[in-house]
Amino acid sequence: MARFVIRRLLQSAVVLLGVTLVVFLLLQLVPGDPVRVALGTRFDPQTYEALRARAGLDQPLVVQYFDYLRRALTGDLGVSFRSGRPVTAIVLERLPATLSLAVTAVLFAVVIAFPLGIVSAIRSGSLVDHAARVFSQFGVSVPDFWMGIMAILLFSGVLGWLPPSGYVALTEDPGRWASHVALPAATVGLVTASILTRFVRSSMLEVLSEDYVRTAEAKGLRTRVVVLRHVLRNALIPVVTVVAVQLASLLGGVIVIEVLFAWPGIGRLTYDAVAARDYPVLQGAVLLVAALFLLVNLVVDILYARLDPRITVK
Amino acid sequence: MINRDGQLGRALSALRRDPLALTGSLVLVVLVVVGVGGAWLAPSGINEVDVDRMLQPPSWAHPFGTDELGRDVLSRVMVAARVSLQVGLVSVGIALTVGVTLGLFAGYYRGWLDNVVMRCMDVLFAFPVLLLAVAIVAVLGPGLLTAMVAIGVVYTPIFARVTRAGVLSVREQVFVRAAVSVGASDLRIMRRHVLPNIAAPLIVQTSLSLAFAILSEAALSFLGLGVQPPDPAWGRMLFDGRGFVTEAWWLGVFPGAAIFLTVLAFNLVGDALRDVLDPRQLTVNEARRSTS
Repeated sequence: MARFVIRRLLQSAVVLLGVTLVVFLLLQLVPGDPVRVALGTRFDPQTYEALRARAGLDQPLVVQYFDYLRRALTGDLGVSFRSGRPVTAIVLERLPATLSLAVTAVLFAVVIAFPLGIVSAIRSGSLVDHAARVFSQFGVSVPDFWMGIMAILLFSGVLGWLPPSGYVALTEDPGRWASHVALPAATVGLVTASILTRFVRSSMLEVLSEDYVRTAEAKGLRTRVVVLRHVLRNALIPVVTVVAVQLASLLGGVIVIEVLFAWPGIGRLTYDAVAARDYPVLQGAVLLVAALFLLVNLVVDILYARLDPRITVK
Repeated sequence: MINRDGQLGRALSALRRDPLALTGSLVLVVLVVVGVGGAWLAPSGINEVDVDRMLQPPSWAHPFGTDELGRDVLSRVMVAARVSLQVGLVSVGIALTVGVTLGLFAGYYRGWLDNVVMRCMDVLFAFPVLLLAVAIVAVLGPGLLTAMVAIGVVYTPIFARVTRAGVLSVREQVFVRAAVSVGASDLRIMRRHVLPNIAAPLIVQTSLSLAFAILSEAALSFLGLGVQPPDPAWGRMLFDGRGFVTEAWWLGVFPGAAIFLTVLAFNLVGDALRDVLDPRQLTVNEARRSTS
C-alpha cells in the first residue's frame, strides 16, 4: 500500500509539473505580444512596461518558466492584465460559486442515479431498466447548454417559477440561493445523473453475477438482505470513485452553464478572461482547475486502493 | 492475424440487426446529405436579412421560423450541419492520426519512449476537455480551424491510450513474435500485424468521439469561440438566440435539437459497434463526456 501511494504521489507530481509547463506555454502561443494584445485600445507605455516586467516577459523563456514555477508553488499566479489584481485572489473569489453549483449538481445526480441504476440492474430487462437506459442515452447526447435554455424557457418563461439567471451567495440568503441554483444545478445534474446511472447499473450487474451473491441466495436470504448487505456494499465502491471524479470535473467549472446562467464561478471567470484577453487570469484558472482535478483523482485512487486492496496488486 | 473482413462484417450486421443503431445510421445518412448539399437544398439564403420578417414563428414559408434578423432558421440549421460534420471529422481525424501513432510507438517500443509519450498524454488528460479547448482557442484566436485543432488536441490522449493498451497485448502474441523471427521490420509489423488487430476498439472510439467532438464544437461555438458570424453553426445560433428565447422559442429549440439528434445518432451507432467489437470498453467516453 505504501509503495502504491508513493508511486501515485510521484506520478501526480510529474503530471503537475507537465501541467504547469502547458499552462506556461499557453502565453507563449499567443500570436504577437500578449500584453499589447490584452491592453488593446487602453495601451499606454508605462502600464505596458510595468505589466511586461511583472509577468517576466523580458526574460529568456527558460528563466520565465522556472520563475513562473517558483511563484506558482508559493501561490503567486501573477497579476491580471486588466485589473492589476493578484490572479490567485481573483480565482479563489470565484471558487465558492462553483463549489456550491458543483456540489448541488452532484447531489441532484446521486439522488436520481443511485435508485434508478440499482432498480434497473435488479430488474434487468424490465420497463424501469429500459427507461433508465433511454434516460442515460439521452443524458450523454444532449448538449447541457441546450437543456439549460429549454429549462429557462419552461421554468422561467412559461411557468415563471424560477429566475432565469443570476447568483446569490448561500451565506447571504439560502432561500434565494436555492431558487437561483435550481436550474443550473438540475441541468448539469441531469447530465451527470445519466452517466452515473450507467455506472451504477453496470457495477451492480457485475456484482450480482458473483459467486458469493449466488451463495447468499442459495442460503435462503431474502433478496432485500442480499442486495443491501452483499451487493450494494461492493457495487458502490467503484461508483463512489466515479462520483468523486465527476465532482472534480464540475469543480473545474462548467463553462457553458455558468455563462448561460450568469453564474460567477471559475467557468465564467475563464470565459471573461478569454473575452478580455486577460491571459494571466486564464492561465491561473486553468492551472488551479487542473491541479484540483489531479488532487481529487489522487485522493480517490488512494481511497479506492484502501477500500479494495486488489487495486494495489494490479 | 484476426480477419479484418470478419470484424467489418460483424459490425455491419450488428448495425442492421439493432433497430436503434439502424435509426442512428439513417439519421447520419440524412445528416451527410444535408451537410454536403445544404447550401443547394436550403429553401433560402443563410444570410438573407429581412427586417420585416424578424422573429416570425414557424409557418409554411419558414418551417423553423425566422431569427432576430429575419433570416430563415431552417436554412441556417441545414447549412450548419456541414460545419458540425466538418469539425467532427477533421478534429477526430487529427486525434486519431496523432493518438494512434503515439500509442503505437509507445506500446511497441516501451521503455523511455513509452514513458515520455504516456506522461505527456497524462498531462493533457489532467485538463477538463472543454477548458483545455477553450484555452487553446483563446490563445490561437477563435475560428473554425483553431476549434478543430483544439478539439483534436484534447481528444488525442484517448486514442493514444486505447491504442497503447491494444498494442501491449498484441505485441506478445505468437504471430508478432513469428514476424519478428522471420526478420520483418518494426514498421511492417506495426502496420500489417499490430494495427489491424487493434482496429476494433479504435473504430468504436472513433464513432463515439465524433459525437463528443460535435458536442465540443457546439459548446465552443456557443461561447463564440468556434465558427464566426455570419456563418451559421448550431452552437452559435443558440448563443445568438438565447436573448430572444422566451418570446421566440424556435430559436432555442431547432438548432439544439439538431445537435442532440446528431450526437444521439453517433452514440447509438457507437454503442452498437462497441457491443459487437469491444464490449469491455465501457467507461472512457462517459467519464470524458462529463467534463464540459
